[in-house]
Amino acid sequence: METGEKYHAIKVDTEKCMGCTHCMKTCPTEAIRIREGVANINPDRCVDCGNCLRVCPVDAFYMDHDALDQLQNYKYRVALFSSVMIGQFPEAYSEGSIYEALLKLGFTHIFEVEQPIQLLIDSIREQVDAAESKPLISSFCPAIVRLIRYRYPSLIDNLVLVNAPHDLAAAYALQLLTKEGARREEIGIFYISPCSAKMAAVKRPLGEKESIVDGLINMNDLYSQIMKVISKKEEQDTSCCRDQLTHDGIVWSLPRGEARHFKRKSMAVDGIHNVVKILERMENDDIPELDFLELKSCHQGCAGGILLTGNRFLTVERLQKRAKRYPVTKDCPITNCNVQDLKDKLKINPIQPDYVFALDSDRMKALEKLQKVERILCQLPGIDCAACGAPNCHALAEDMVQGKAKMSDCIFLQNRYLNENKITLARATKNLEKAWGKNRFDADCNKRGGRNEGF
Amino acid sequence: MKMEFDIASGDFKKAGRASSQIKKVLKQLQVDPKIIKRIVVAIYEAEVNIVAHSFGGKLTALINGNSIEVTLTDCGPGIKDVEQAMQEGFSTASKEVRDMGFGAGMGLPNIRKNTDEMNVTSEWGVGTTVWFRNQF
Repeated sequence: METGEKYHAIKVDTEKCMGCTHCMKTCPTEAIRIREGVANINPDRCVDCGNCLRVCPVDAFYMDHDALDQLQNYKYRVALFSSVMIGQFPEAYSEGSIYEALLKLGFTHIFEVEQPIQLLIDSIREQVDAAESKPLISSFCPAIVRLIRYRYPSLIDNLVLVNAPHDLAAAYALQLLTKEGARREEIGIFYISPCSAKMAAVKRPLGEKESIVDGLINMNDLYSQIMKVISKKEEQDTSCCRDQLTHDGIVWSLPRGEARHFKRKSMAVDGIHNVVKILERMENDDIPELDFLELKSCHQGCAGGILLTGNRFLTVERLQKRAKRYPVTKDCPITNCNVQDLKDKLKINPIQPDYVFALDSDRMKALEKLQKVERILCQLPGIDCAACGAPNCHALAEDMVQGKAKMSDCIFLQNRYLNENKITLARATKNLEKAWGKNRFDADCNKRGGRNEGF
Repeated sequence: MKMEFDIASGDFKKAGRASSQIKKVLKQLQVDPKIIKRIVVAIYEAEVNIVAHSFGGKLTALINGNSIEVTLTDCGPGIKDVEQAMQEGFSTASKEVRDMGFGAGMGLPNIRKNTDEMNVTSEWGVGTTVWFRNQF
């Protein structure tokens, strides 16, 4: 299904990265190692959840995105974004004034991706009703879908096979504009992403077909741009852009936004480390009888997306208030487009597992490696200091059996080998430099490390 | 390879530790996910059995290239009537245990359902040994 190297949104700025252990320690798939003083992401393991960005004390992680000047290349310039974008702004700014600011910035059409949400709800419900093995797991959060493909392959058949709201909304926007007489090459669809996972998903959708989005904009950047031009007074009526928007749509990306449609036979979990715990239990068949399981990688759902500027709890609060002003979905069916065509766009092919954590594709070799890991672990100190450049002793042992690290990378073993005259001081220094870079032993006021929150 | 775990009586918080560890190993061996799921469910049931019903015990898993063999031995009290205990819905669990969501009488039958071979031997007053095996 995937060809060549996997696409990833998150990249490391090697100039900014000072080589610490924060990102490596928080990564839910142990995808990061420190080599020559900078973080290195293993593209096979990364799920683009963005937790590394959250904890980085020097903002060394970034994502490729497009600038607003890309808009000039198109006659019709569509802004696609999730409702959480609106929820970030302080109450002083009405949603109308935010829309107006977007028009000022050069967009000609504005779509909140949750507009055609009823189609999505119907499709999910159909699948839940027909499912043999329940609960079905939401495929809304791309980081979670990847996590399941890599770490929980036995649960892959429980994923709902449906496209994300942004895919649907992009198709919807295209259809409406084409009806207005626009040609495809004149239309520029810009997705304003709340997180790294969505960025990766938009660039390389599941099923690996071409993305229909023409540009990716970082929600953080756009927030700053909007704040430059926004006015508290509304001059233009933009409400027609929102006539398809509903209560159900606005809260979709918040905790329980999806699950609420399945009432008590559903559960919603947010935060990727919490999700891991639930998936572990689900593998043991140790969760209550449920129809639908909503899993979101960020705390407070997309309101906690790493590219949001506003506080996640305030964003949730504002969106819930906003949603009350809109009708619930059922009163507001989509009438102005070809519904069947959109429904076809919703479908995706079954998702394949990806065994990135297998030690070897040959089982006998894998078994040998496993036993070797156990033997190595007896030699390691077990304090998980990460000074070797791996997140913990276990990960280091696994790296060793894969030929990616050696015993003397452990600073404790190094010390022992020095005492036993098995290696020279020069060799030991070189080993440390391999992980932490050449000038790591020099004084440098810029390398102070981070502290816990509140200090 | 051999994996061993001590299982304490009454410690529900830790029930599931052995199955989690074994699950991780089987994933690293790239065993078919559907087979892993069966084994893990069986081991988890067996672990909970020891926690809920026994005075404590031990789990040993032997993994080779094409199968896993699990033996659970506890130090009492034993099962009075093994045949009865193998029936769905039969349970001797206390109210406290049932209130925690365990003790529905599905433990042993569920292990049998999820394993290729299974054997239970028990002596009242001495202890119980549950053995099962799954092919990869």
